[in-house]
Amino acid sequence: MTSKSRLLEDKVALITGSSRGIGRSIVECFASEGATVYANCRTDGSFDTIARELSKLHEVEVIPLYYDVTDSILTKEAFSRIMKERRRLDILVNNAGIMEDALIGMISDELMHRIFNTNVFAVINHLQLAARLMKRGKSGSIINLSSVVGIRGVAGQLVYSASKGAVATLTRSASKELASDNIRVNAIAPGIIGTDLLEVLDDSLLAKRKTSIGFGRFGTPAEIADSALFLASDLSKYITGQILGVDGGVVI
Amino acid sequence: MDHKYEDAFRVALQIDDVDLQDLKYRDSGWDSVAHMVLMSEIENAFDIMLDTDDVIDFSSFEKGKEILRKYDVEI
Repeated sequence: MTSKSRLLEDKVALITGSSRGIGRSIVECFASEGATVYANCRTDGSFDTIARELSKLHEVEVIPLYYDVTDSILTKEAFSRIMKERRRLDILVNNAGIMEDALIGMISDELMHRIFNTNVFAVINHLQLAARLMKRGKSGSIINLSSVVGIRGVAGQLVYSASKGAVATLTRSASKELASDNIRVNAIAPGIIGTDLLEVLDDSLLAKRKTSIGFGRFGTPAEIADSALFLASDLSKYITGQILGVDGGVVI
Repeated sequence: MDHKYEDAFRVALQIDDVDLQDLKYRDSGWDSVAHMVLMSEIENAFDIMLDTDDVIDFSSFEKGKEILRKYDVEI
């Protein structure tokens, strides 16, 4: 059943890294608010069933787009498809990312390149292709996923935190360059969110992490999706260049 | 005869009485901002989306024709 007034009615969105966790929650949230959603995933066919279910449930179109975000040729083909099918793009959520720990002294070239290829270079590539489509309509909202560790830093995640810090900085720069075209660029800096990325940690470490959070609990993907909805919708139409911390008062 | 290519230049660069054949990037108001407007006009006119490398390489009226052939657009 659909609500009468939906925040993203008639909007077209592309969300990267949609298969699970925060990305999947954003897809569900945006679809429930009336958006046509292109949901990027890496594995062919992995999102077909979910896309059909969401489309039916919310009376919208959720369209899987299968490609690796680090492949610039496939990325460009995805944008070409959106242009041909919709003639517009209103919202881009750069969510796809990878997180890996490595202590100083154990950081390989391969790790650096892999994390920056996905977390930074793919974000820039998507951002500039999206901006080209959004400029035509003189409007748009680009939302990048940074991280609390990208703002404050953390031991053991030098490369990951550097990549998320880069996302915060490129968000601010892009917001300045694209403001004259009425394209807003903001970032969300999640704290510790209860996704499967945390499953690798043991219980004692998880309990310790919770004590560092003001609210005393991990955030949920749905709470990040709500923030993305705010930044995607006209509720934030005068907001750009901001890094929105969604972290439950975490102290790092 | 179809003048979509020439029209894209005239609209994007806001020029009328300029010989387009010899036009190069940095001539007649063709600066970096106008370049992105021009790319958008051309993409709209021919219903294509240019590769980023082609946007960067699009350095003259003539070079543009060569690039567009890759997209099956003959001027």
